[in-house]
Amino acid sequence: MSLRMAWRKSINIVMLSLTGACTLLAVSVLFFILGYLVWHGGKDVNWNFFVKLPAPVGESGGGMANAIVGSAKLLLLAMLLGVPVGVLTGIYLAEFGGRTFGFLVRYTADLLNGVPSIVIGIFAYAVVVIPMHHFSTLAGGFALGVMTIPITVRSTEEFLRAVPNHLREAALALGASKWKAILTVVLPAASAGILTGIMLALARVAGETAPLIFTAFGNPFWSSGWNEPIASLPVMIYNYALGAYADWHEQAWAAGLVLLAFVLLVNITTRLILSRKISVSR
Amino acid sequence: MASVSPVNGINEPTNEARTLPRRFAVSSNASSLQNLSQRFKISALKVFYGAKQVLQGIDLDIPANVVTAVIGPSGCGKSTLLRTLNRMHETIRHARMEGTILLDGEDILGLDVVRLRRRVGMVFQRPNPFPKSIFENVAYGLRINGYSGKLSESVEHSLRRAALWDEVKDQLHKSAYALSGGQQQRLCIARALAVDPEVLLLDEPCSALDPVTTAKIEELLFQLKPTCTIVIVTHNMQQAARTSDFSAFLLEGRLVEYQPTAKLFTNPSDPRTEAYITGRFG
Repeated sequence: MSLRMAWRKSINIVMLSLTGACTLLAVSVLFFILGYLVWHGGKDVNWNFFVKLPAPVGESGGGMANAIVGSAKLLLLAMLLGVPVGVLTGIYLAEFGGRTFGFLVRYTADLLNGVPSIVIGIFAYAVVVIPMHHFSTLAGGFALGVMTIPITVRSTEEFLRAVPNHLREAALALGASKWKAILTVVLPAASAGILTGIMLALARVAGETAPLIFTAFGNPFWSSGWNEPIASLPVMIYNYALGAYADWHEQAWAAGLVLLAFVLLVNITTRLILSRKISVSR
Repeated sequence: MASVSPVNGINEPTNEARTLPRRFAVSSNASSLQNLSQRFKISALKVFYGAKQVLQGIDLDIPANVVTAVIGPSGCGKSTLLRTLNRMHETIRHARMEGTILLDGEDILGLDVVRLRRRVGMVFQRPNPFPKSIFENVAYGLRINGYSGKLSESVEHSLRRAALWDEVKDQLHKSAYALSGGQQQRLCIARALAVDPEVLLLDEPCSALDPVTTAKIEELLFQLKPTCTIVIVTHNMQQAARTSDFSAFLLEGRLVEYQPTAKLFTNPSDPRTEAYITGRFG
């Protein structure tokens, strides 16, 4: 009897430690990555990194100013495509969508969210790059934009659904049309949530490499327009990490650190916005 | 039962009527329905939610510039009746009405719904201010209707009519959520009054409020009576007796009795009414 008891107790202790250890492992991965990036790339994240073009092969120094601007331009394009389509679809789903059709749209959005990014890249290659006959910023922005759509759709829908129905009723009872009620009451009430959804979608695609390799391609210099290939941080990391030079590797680590810092910053900002919003509306 | 004072037409509340401790203090006694001009003429009103019929054919005339109370047990259709008066039932999926409702002689189904809801305002069970400032809440109805006059004057006027001005005049730009429940409900009344409706529908406006606040809102109804027709749905029979001139008793979607309030509460002609007001059911 006491043997059984001891056995049970020891099983309990083993399982508890196992789950605890795995939890620790899970949360420590982020800190491990962060530490590793700082260790290898920290010293290269300096002023030059942000303002200089990549140094020619054989020269040391240089930066990734073109890739940072490039990523920003690509994200801007992604936002121009993803935000209107995503937010309006989210509004449709939350406010107008019927049961069956709404279910289909929602399901499609979830499937689109699950499409591997490389497949999105091929898609953008087929519909933008091939007709234009060259790689371009537009194609890269299009690929990233497509990826932001499902995330924006679902987050917009969720935050709109969280707006209590009595606010819609109040607006309608004052003579607002349905669209006016959405525009003047429902959307403002959900705006902080929708904004954070958009930011998270952008943070998510900011690190995407695969859809950019054969759309935006990459560019060691400044890109002269929206029609030209353009550098971006993830593709830069990919190219530099595969390069044969030690200082390229260092630069790749530095770029990784900058990218991760950006994503973390966006995540923390959204948390702050949401927590502030909740304290205001109780 | 004391203080049943027959006065012609619109009744001024006497202090006596509201301070005497009685089971049912009756505010006034408009002696006859026929002598008054009718604001609403409801005939053969049936309302269905999908296959379920909620109102079984209601005929009811609601006089102008008096308070009409609709009482009855839960689920008798009194809120549904109220909602059909400004077609708010249309916001509920699968709701449909038959019969006619005339507002000042015009069929409300023939009116533009936005115009109708401007003329027939509504206050809901739970205070539902918008997550905007106090000022913006009151100004909302004016803004969406393209009001061209001075907003601030109109907002002040409405807040005064809702007896809230003195409490909020120094904090008009604070969030409406900073107000207490009773203040929020009066804000909702001010918001409804801002578009200068002919009729104010109140759906159990005090059920979420404490007695002191309730008294304030009842007081307010007396003050609004000369300028506004009021229809109030209430669970609280003392409230119906205190505030209304006419009372309609609904049971299972049918109008059982419709009388001057004093008569309905002191000498009901239907045994079911008597059973309900004496608390034998409901």
